[in-house]
Amino acid sequence: MLQVENLHVYYGGIHALKGISLKVEKGQIVTLIGANGAGKTTTLRTIVGLVTPKEGSVIFNGEEIHKLKTHEIIRKGIGISPEGRRVFPNLTVMENLELGAYNRPPSEFQKDLDWVFSLFPRLAERKNQFAGTLSGGEQQMLALGRALMSRPNLVLLDEPSLGLAPLVVEEVFKTIQAINSQGSTILLVEQNAMAALNIAHYGYVLETGRVVLEGAGKELLEDERVRKAYLGE
Amino acid sequence: MTTKIFLQQLTNGISLGSLYGLVAIGYTMVYGILRLINFAHGDLLMVASYTAIYGIAMFTLPWYISFPLAIIVTGFVGIMLDKAAYKPLRDAPRISLLISAIGASFLLENLALVVIGGVPKAFPRPEIFAKVVSIHGVRIQVLTIYTPIITILLLFGLLFIVYRTKAGKAMRAASMDFETTRLMGIDLDRIIAFTFLLGSTMAGAGGIMWALKYPQVNPFMGVIPGLKAFIAAVLGGIGNIVGAVIGGFLLGLAEILLVAFMPEAAQYRDAFAFVILILVLLFRPTGIMGEPIVDKT
Ligand SMILES: Nc1ncnc2c1ncn2[C@@H]1O[C@H](COP(=O)(O)OP(=O)(O)OP(=O)(O)O)[C@@H](O)[C@H]1O
Ligand SMILES: [Mg+2]
Repeated sequence: MLQVENLHVYYGGIHALKGISLKVEKGQIVTLIGANGAGKTTTLRTIVGLVTPKEGSVIFNGEEIHKLKTHEIIRKGIGISPEGRRVFPNLTVMENLELGAYNRPPSEFQKDLDWVFSLFPRLAERKNQFAGTLSGGEQQMLALGRALMSRPNLVLLDEPSLGLAPLVVEEVFKTIQAINSQGSTILLVEQNAMAALNIAHYGYVLETGRVVLEGAGKELLEDERVRKAYLGE
Repeated sequence: MTTKIFLQQLTNGISLGSLYGLVAIGYTMVYGILRLINFAHGDLLMVASYTAIYGIAMFTLPWYISFPLAIIVTGFVGIMLDKAAYKPLRDAPRISLLISAIGASFLLENLALVVIGGVPKAFPRPEIFAKVVSIHGVRIQVLTIYTPIITILLLFGLLFIVYRTKAGKAMRAASMDFETTRLMGIDLDRIIAFTFLLGSTMAGAGGIMWALKYPQVNPFMGVIPGLKAFIAAVLGGIGNIVGAVIGGFLLGLAEILLVAFMPEAAQYRDAFAFVILILVLLFRPTGIMGEPIVDKT
């Protein structure tokens, strides 16, 4: 479904991605883990066209997308919950969700909304509240729900568990699995390597702009290097 | 001063203020989305006025076609202004945008000067606007009454677009966060163009009414009302549409009342407006309706 090949990205003089390649097959959860500054967010930003790669390509459903504009890429069927949630604080929960559905036919809206509300009942209770007044966890749910409102073929999630209480984290990961089992393909960026690898079909470990390790989620969980570096053993 | 004259001045103040408000809307909308004071905005009054004159004089259009046409043309000139002066600088520091805005303003003014010439042109005034009615002995030109009514109608239309339509929602999203707006699959450049279209259309309507009120049109006619409208926008709380109109009304009233009560100060009325600007910036920079200004990346 998604194929990233030999991506090189520079921020001015900083060589942030040094030839990243990865693949996401339809129906999978693929996770991208790595330390701070490894290039996880940059990889996602490049996929959605917020950053232009100097070299390499991004192929989505057989089509090169790295030369397209962000909104064109999104319209191909990609939904994203960006790093730091980025809900629109002065808009209501409902308006945030409506923006997620910007390019959906209006006739589908109610159905999609019911689905998102069934995943996040809390959002239904708060639909008329300004997003800026939601708690951190609720904002995270909104960012996720908003990404799902476009009924994307591929969902990109950038650290959905960041800053959440352990119980809520568990809930978020369960929800990700639920979304996946309902047919969405997911590319998940996480600091929480253990939880991410637990639910992932496949994983990539990034280090300073390079993929240093890859394999099935369970395999990586067992891998000694991963355990040392990311699971604190 | 008699009650009669006072009422007359009051109507004048409201009418003038509504024009400031109408033009202030454009400043505030563009500021809301780009955090830019579009200094060329006032010059759109001039664009609208000349377009209307040429529609009538050269193409012998009746006023009720020429005026709306001029307003629409002005809206599209606003879009072109964005495309030429601001769009190439989307990722540039804000100061570059500001310089570009000032340059665009000079360009429009001097282009008009070269192409049309500096001699003021008389603006055709259809009889239906020039009529004078007498209400309880207070004599008022009907234009003075129409102006605030048209302003309020346009304001409600605009509020409907901003708060009740999909494009309006996208505009409000874009005024908070460009990147995330794009991540919703929204074509940001189109939303910005739409913002310019709306603001410039308001300026076009304001320009026509300004020219009907002061029917001498010259290339620099937009400068002073443009600055006044900018002050109105700041007074009302820059970024806030309703605030812009309220700021306009207040500034217009304040100016006219100054002239009415202190006729000897009449020649200082423009300076008076700037004093208001300075006071607002000193004591309440967010204006009347303004929210704290968030810096946007
Ligand atoms: N806008 C930018 N300008 C300059 N350098 C940047 C920019 N964004 C990221 N970088 C650099 O690129 C590298 C990769 O950053 P990135 O945000 O992709 O890391 P990450 O893996 O998402 O880290 P984290 O887990 O902390 O979110 C870092 O060294 C970072 O400093
Ligand atoms: Mg990151």
